[in-house]
Amino acid sequence: MNFLNLTIMDLISQPWHWAFSGFVIAFILLISTWAGKSFGVSSSYKVMCSMAGAGKRIPFFDLNLKEEYWRIAFVVGAIVGGIIGSQVIGSPEPVDISQATINHLVNDFNMPYPENISEGTGFIPEDLYNLTNPKGLFLAILGGLFVGFGARYGEGCTSGHAITGLSHLQKPSLFTVIGFFIGGLIMTHLILPLILG
Amino acid sequence: MKIIRFFLIGIIFGIVMSKSEAISWYRTHEMFRFESIHMYGIIGTAVIFGIIFMWAMKKLKIKTLDGEYVTYVPKKFHLPRHLIAGTIFGLGWALVACPGPMYVLLGHGFWIFALVILSATFGTYLYAIVRHKLPH
Repeated sequence: MNFLNLTIMDLISQPWHWAFSGFVIAFILLISTWAGKSFGVSSSYKVMCSMAGAGKRIPFFDLNLKEEYWRIAFVVGAIVGGIIGSQVIGSPEPVDISQATINHLVNDFNMPYPENISEGTGFIPEDLYNLTNPKGLFLAILGGLFVGFGARYGEGCTSGHAITGLSHLQKPSLFTVIGFFIGGLIMTHLILPLILG
Repeated sequence: MKIIRFFLIGIIFGIVMSKSEAISWYRTHEMFRFESIHMYGIIGTAVIFGIIFMWAMKKLKIKTLDGEYVTYVPKKFHLPRHLIAGTIFGLGWALVACPGPMYVLLGHGFWIFALVILSATFGTYLYAIVRHKLPH
């Protein structure tokens, strides 16, 4: 029985195949819709602004908070899911990204990729993004600003547009997602080489 | 009740985002360099099943737990807005992460994401201040 438990834990701890992962994400859209809400994460920032009292000064944040707390419940759940996904069923190996990407990181950014789990999980570049690296702190804050500003201006993020909006065959979502890729490609190919190269 | 429902859905979301590696900065970087099918596969599969699920819920007139039919309130089409806003968001996505992954990465113990979330919240506040000057 112990042997069986171990095997099941091993299986669940492996990284999930993209097709299975995509299906589970669609399933989350399904149960969110069934539970009565349109799936989207970035509105949580708007709710937090409102909770901090921004509604008194700016009508945009004047929300009926009772109707919005589910968004906070969702993101708190996402944090808990992250704890489970890393502490309980975390993968035994770092994220298996392609060799081409590893070569580019090493050669162009001088960013060695973790070879085993003791060196890093392959989730974020920890040498850059930590609380003691001034450059990383600056980039993290800048990135957060772009995401928070762009998501609200565009009325949604990857979950609200790329998953929910596209699933409802929405043209605004399609063009917003195209915008996501324009910005992502500019950052990856033009700006990051300047700051990390 | 809605609070508990969405807390539980959030947990499933956090787990799938972790196990799918979709929250990985490296996976995102790899995607924007077109060096793996991984992220495209995740998003593509999610959208294909999402289309089927939403179509089926509408077609079969399945009611939500609140007793309502599934609808989607369309957003106003405004091409410059979608492209400009999307591009600003994309810059941040490739630099750090999407909103959902920010929370999940915080759960992974990367404390800097508390700061990223705070900063994104401030970015939302900034938008509200300048929104009347932007094309909508």
